[in-house]
Amino acid sequence: MTVRVQQEDFDIGAEIAAFRSADPGIGAIASFIGLVRDVNKGDAVAGMTLEHYPGMTEKALARIIAEAKDRWHIIDALVIHRVGELKPLDQIVLVVVTGAHRGEAFAACEFIMDYLKTQAPFWKKEQTPQGARWVEARASDDQAAERWSESRTK
Amino acid sequence: MSIRILYFARLREDMGIAGEMFDLPTVTCDVKSLRAQLIARGGASSAALGQGKAVRVSVNQDLARDDTPVKAGDEVAFFPPVTGG
Repeated sequence: MTVRVQQEDFDIGAEIAAFRSADPGIGAIASFIGLVRDVNKGDAVAGMTLEHYPGMTEKALARIIAEAKDRWHIIDALVIHRVGELKPLDQIVLVVVTGAHRGEAFAACEFIMDYLKTQAPFWKKEQTPQGARWVEARASDDQAAERWSESRTK
Repeated sequence: MSIRILYFARLREDMGIAGEMFDLPTVTCDVKSLRAQLIARGGASSAALGQGKAVRVSVNQDLARDDTPVKAGDEVAFFPPVTGG
């Protein structure tokens, strides 16, 4: 597994190419890219600052990937998450899951994002015309993560 | 018998500090009693960590619950619900 928390942007094509390397056992790659939007709760967003907890964040992401590998027949997973100053159109997060078949790769990718949203220590502060404000956690994110709470074994 | 406390995001701003060393009056305690001791100091601690505040806690970089033990040398962090992704 690969986990990276970084300020720099990432190149999706290069990351996927490097991650799949030359493994002919991979028949499917599922990916998710999260982006900065220019609006939230009806207010214009000029940019945001992403804060994390160095050490714990990487540990939490590694644990989420390990759990995904326990639950689904996937080959491996990659998570890259950016921190620092970001603006609309910027990429925030990349999740890549490799597997033999698409079904398990899709499910594991969605699981990783749902758990990242509720368990990995990142916090967003966005700049709006009314000033800077901390983004509030959404109940819908908790509900999305709870869908997976029933234990599953492959 | 001291522990290291870290604050993140809104809690760091409300506390006015990113972290502090804190002396535990007893050899062991748990997350709930630690939080109560911090709130009892009043001021920013009470405003940031008091009743009704959505606060998450980790002990040695693992998410913790009210009954998670805290002992000398631990790293305890207080932060709001997470909003990454």
